[in-house]
Amino acid sequence: MTKEKIIEVHNLTKRFGGFTAVNNISFDVFEGEIFGFLGANGAGKTTAMKMLIGISNPTSGEALVAGFDVKTKTEMVKRSIGYMSQKFSMYDDLTIKENITFFGGIYGLSRIQIKEKTKKLVIELGLEDVIDKLVGSLPLGWKQKLSFSVALLHEPKIVFLDEPTGGVDPITRRQFWEMIYAEANKGTTIFVTTHYMDEAEYCDRVSIMVEGVIEALDTPNNLKTKYNVASMNDVFLKLARNVE
Amino acid sequence: MSIIVQNISKSYNKIKAIDAISFEVKEGELFGLIGPDGAGKTTIFRTLTTLLLANEGSATVAGFDVVKDYVAIRNSVGYMPGKFSLYQDLTVEENLKFFATIFGTTIEENYDLIKDIYIQIEPFKTRRAGALSGGMKQKLALCCALIHAPKVLFLDEPTTGVDPVSRKEFWEMLKRLQKKGITILVSTPYMDEAVLCDRIALIQKGSILKIDSPENIIKKYDKVIYNIKAKNRHQLILDLKKYPSQYSVFAFGEFIHYIDNSSTFNSIDLQHYLEKQNNTEIEIKIGNTTIEDVFMDL
Repeated sequence: MTKEKIIEVHNLTKRFGGFTAVNNISFDVFEGEIFGFLGANGAGKTTAMKMLIGISNPTSGEALVAGFDVKTKTEMVKRSIGYMSQKFSMYDDLTIKENITFFGGIYGLSRIQIKEKTKKLVIELGLEDVIDKLVGSLPLGWKQKLSFSVALLHEPKIVFLDEPTGGVDPITRRQFWEMIYAEANKGTTIFVTTHYMDEAEYCDRVSIMVEGVIEALDTPNNLKTKYNVASMNDVFLKLARNVE
Repeated sequence: MSIIVQNISKSYNKIKAIDAISFEVKEGELFGLIGPDGAGKTTIFRTLTTLLLANEGSATVAGFDVVKDYVAIRNSVGYMPGKFSLYQDLTVEENLKFFATIFGTTIEENYDLIKDIYIQIEPFKTRRAGALSGGMKQKLALCCALIHAPKVLFLDEPTTGVDPVSRKEFWEMLKRLQKKGITILVSTPYMDEAVLCDRIALIQKGSILKIDSPENIIKKYDKVIYNIKAKNRHQLILDLKKYPSQYSVFAFGEFIHYIDNSSTFNSIDLQHYLEKQNNTEIEIKIGNTTIEDVFMDL
């Protein structure tokens, strides 16, 4: 493989008091890859992801994201990545246009860039007629597609997606993944978490976290072969014990 | 009949949340409302649990009218809302005791019903509910909804955002409750959970599109679905969408589900077309229909 490493994680650990949420994990993600980051609730996914996006300081170990150390270069990490989650995506009380302008400003784009980006994005998503509507009035599926595009405004090298398709209808879910493919084809690295195991099959490689450690990491096909099962759902059920 | 819903409609301002919904749930049945966010599932739950008045239509639960007999309904149903609604500052045990008390019962009286589930959270009974993990909160909420031994149990998206392992366990718990004679109305956005229900209503944008057993819904679907695979999935989707007689193209786990609308469709022609578009490692075979396929074609 000649691909460049875009995320490098070495022995990353996070403790909260006596509890080890992330226990000595190591892995690499390559440029342009769709990387699925799976695990049961409470396995440590969110904690690991927070360290990678520079908003939580590791207890020990290190991670480079787009070449920047997540401990010391948090500002540079944040500039190099896009982030969207199901819980927080955009401001419901602002219009589509206002949201794009706001996030464009946060990401440091100039007024002219924001104007151009807004125009392009709105046409691509077919939102021309509703550009001045409040984001809160949009159906969830549209919101998620818009929020994905907004996370890409500053053309980040990596985009982190935290359960982007939860509760979204089946057709929109697939349209969302087509957007992900298109973006990955342009060379953007996608780091995604999901509870839909059919979506795990869409990833180039998948890691499964159990009790703070990475229990498995490979292509979906190799994982299915290794555990001798027919689907990623079965791989998951075999690996992820329920830990409370 | 345990639940009878006749032409219920509800609007919020100008937006019609549910539009002339009708269905019936038999006693002891596990009935699923299957549909995405915004389909109107929660409005149906709130109407049937007497928390919301419908604009039109009528409904009975356990023989009681949802408008006139609301007090009787509240005593005979258990409701687990989609959003965690227990007291975060009370402990696990305090929450359970609280719900038992307001229903005029005790934990001991109906312990049999919740035992299976409560055992799993009992080690944490002195922990505040707000400090529980997602899976444990869900189990506590179910215990609180069951503590007065309801005839009908309403579960609004109990598994949303829950990982596959916990989801599987949750459905096993539901099956056990059903065996004890409780009627269960459950909603979910996960289509794979639909097959675990006795009957389901597929719902979208405030209307019911279909009601039947999952087996019948699949059996009655008359289109042939092809499972297609190639090395570059994105390329494959784009090329299939350009195939002249394509009816639908959807990613489905490992495969792409492809439906053709031509009566003279031949998979060898399609194979040649895909090869010409530089797809490699192509595999085409007839696949199985799932509830999700049917749903997307409604």
